[in-house]
Amino acid sequence: MNRILAASLLGLSLATSSLAHAEPVKIGVITTLSGGGAGLGIDMRDAFTLAIKQSDNKDVELVIEDDAQKPELAVQIAEKMIQGDKVDLMTGIIWSNLAMAVVPNTVAQDVIYLSPNAGPSALAGANCNPNYFNVAYQNDNFHEAMGQYANKDYKNAFILAPNYPAGKDALTGFKRYYKGALAGEIYTQVGQTDYAAEIAQIRASGADSVYFFLPGGMGIAFMKQYAQSGVNIPVTGPGFSFSQDVLPAIGDAALGVKNSATWSKDLDNEANKKFVEAFKAEYKRLPSIYAAQSWDTANLILAALSKADVKDKDAFRAALKAADFQSVRGKFVFNNNNHPIQNIYVREVVKEADGVLTNKIIATAFEDHKDAYAEKCSM
Amino acid sequence: MFTALLIEQLLNGLQLGVMLFLMAAGLTLIFGVMGLINLAHGSLYMIGAFACATVAAATGSFWIGLIASLAAAAGVGAIIEVAVIRRLYDRDHLDQVLATFALILILSEGARWLFGSFPLYLDIPPLLQGAVPLPGGGQYQLYRLAIIGVGVAVAVGLYLLISRTRLGMRIRAGESDREMIGALGVDIGTLYTVVFALGAALAGLAGALVGALQSVQVGMGEPVLILAFVVIVIGGIGSIKGALVGAVIVGVVDTMGRFLLPSLLALTMPASQATTIGAALASMLIYVVMALILAFRPSGLFSAQS
Repeated sequence: MNRILAASLLGLSLATSSLAHAEPVKIGVITTLSGGGAGLGIDMRDAFTLAIKQSDNKDVELVIEDDAQKPELAVQIAEKMIQGDKVDLMTGIIWSNLAMAVVPNTVAQDVIYLSPNAGPSALAGANCNPNYFNVAYQNDNFHEAMGQYANKDYKNAFILAPNYPAGKDALTGFKRYYKGALAGEIYTQVGQTDYAAEIAQIRASGADSVYFFLPGGMGIAFMKQYAQSGVNIPVTGPGFSFSQDVLPAIGDAALGVKNSATWSKDLDNEANKKFVEAFKAEYKRLPSIYAAQSWDTANLILAALSKADVKDKDAFRAALKAADFQSVRGKFVFNNNNHPIQNIYVREVVKEADGVLTNKIIATAFEDHKDAYAEKCSM
Repeated sequence: MFTALLIEQLLNGLQLGVMLFLMAAGLTLIFGVMGLINLAHGSLYMIGAFACATVAAATGSFWIGLIASLAAAAGVGAIIEVAVIRRLYDRDHLDQVLATFALILILSEGARWLFGSFPLYLDIPPLLQGAVPLPGGGQYQLYRLAIIGVGVAVAVGLYLLISRTRLGMRIRAGESDREMIGALGVDIGTLYTVVFALGAALAGLAGALVGALQSVQVGMGEPVLILAFVVIVIGGIGSIKGALVGAVIVGVVDTMGRFLLPSLLALTMPASQATTIGAALASMLIYVVMALILAFRPSGLFSAQS
């Protein structure tokens, strides 16, 4: 009799202890791990998993899938994560055309999505959504900063970007603040690797500067070809064109180029120092801007989890919106449209003593910058 | 200034064409002789680029890297032929497409496993750095001129190989009647391996040459593969001459389209709209040209089969 009592007591205590341990929080990560854009997605994934691993919260479960930079595949994975895996939160998408395919449908099913990179304008204005948080930037932001900075030195710029949502946002953003004339404007194909035809047009245009937005392998190809073409017009770009993931492959051709970003390795704050050290120690390479944004995304989620239950959507959304975490970008606040209000810096590509190419902050283009679409958002 | 721009763009078109020819020549040769559709040709291009980048980084010499790229692509090509492709000659095209598509996935993941997902660095050799002046006041990148030179040399070399040598005779015989040359005592298995390795080496060479201009990364071969298929469809499947003409047509049309369409459209509509629509139209242009050519010559310009 006593034994039965003891056993049932034990059983009861086990039952209560499993009650105390709530179900793990499931986060779906869809990102680009294969194909030409894989470098960006891998930095995203590595920083995100590292941040989760280093936290005290052991109840987070990640479901990571590769979208191969294909919108149709990303949509299928998202559907599977929401219906099959029943994820609580989703994140990870790098490319804006993929974000446009996945995010509207995801937030409509009342799943919270946090963007670690893509920030298409279509999701920032009238179509903003309480379930959509952008932890990175609105697509126009980096380009607005370079447009502003270009006014200092240049009066006749040649601009080019790939023909997809982020490319159009890029040139729109640049033109919003740039006051000089345009010597030319070109949209190239996404994934294009040969820029001879465009470089010839730049040469013939009589421009005094070139502004280009070409993330990943596209930018590597452009910079290498540009350096060899005999064209001496100075180039500038957003941080993506000169991020840590592409600098080693571009080589010395990138030295001295100015570019804009919300984050840099040398940004002076405790969270950033800890992040750069941890990332270097774990992966033996320097983090890129995608890694920094993804680290922030993970820490924002962890901070919100410590304050609210993920199943209580209203409370959890409020906890996310409070953004009570240590950002590697220093001060971090959400605007009414759930996009960040943040500083944007101008950086220069330099070579460190050990021969590694990296970026250094040389100026601040905007302080507490807000995106241009927030006022159209009714939240 | 416009003449200089036009000359530069024509050279750009020619350079793209020549590079496509290196890819398409191998594809069309393999199809012509063995009747095999090889989707993994783009992976051999990638292998050439990775071999060149790795060896050039280790030895400091682009030229040794270039030789390594030929050897690596030909070697991998021969291994693939013996291990996989040999079993596919008697199957229909769907089986070949499936098996060689699987090879793309295996080789891409293999390359990622060996070299990682981040692009490798490969620079132009010091001898070919910089630009040279053009008539009309323009300048042109020396390395691209060198690629044109290599392409022309390969075209001449292939012509001589096929029309003047014993191997070429066997290749031509293989194209016209596969069973017969086997019956005449030619070791058809070895011939196939040699042809496949030759095609692979050309793809590897293209990959190495282009790797110095672009970024050396996993998946770099597939966009080129699509263009190379357009080239051999235009030129006539199985014909080297067709591959050369088709490659130059595709190269020049693509480059000129990207350059001229937006400015032509700008005459009739606002500039920023013209650039967006022009860019979209330019990316379709080679497929429109392909459709037009196929409408009038359904088997391509120089079909080997006819």
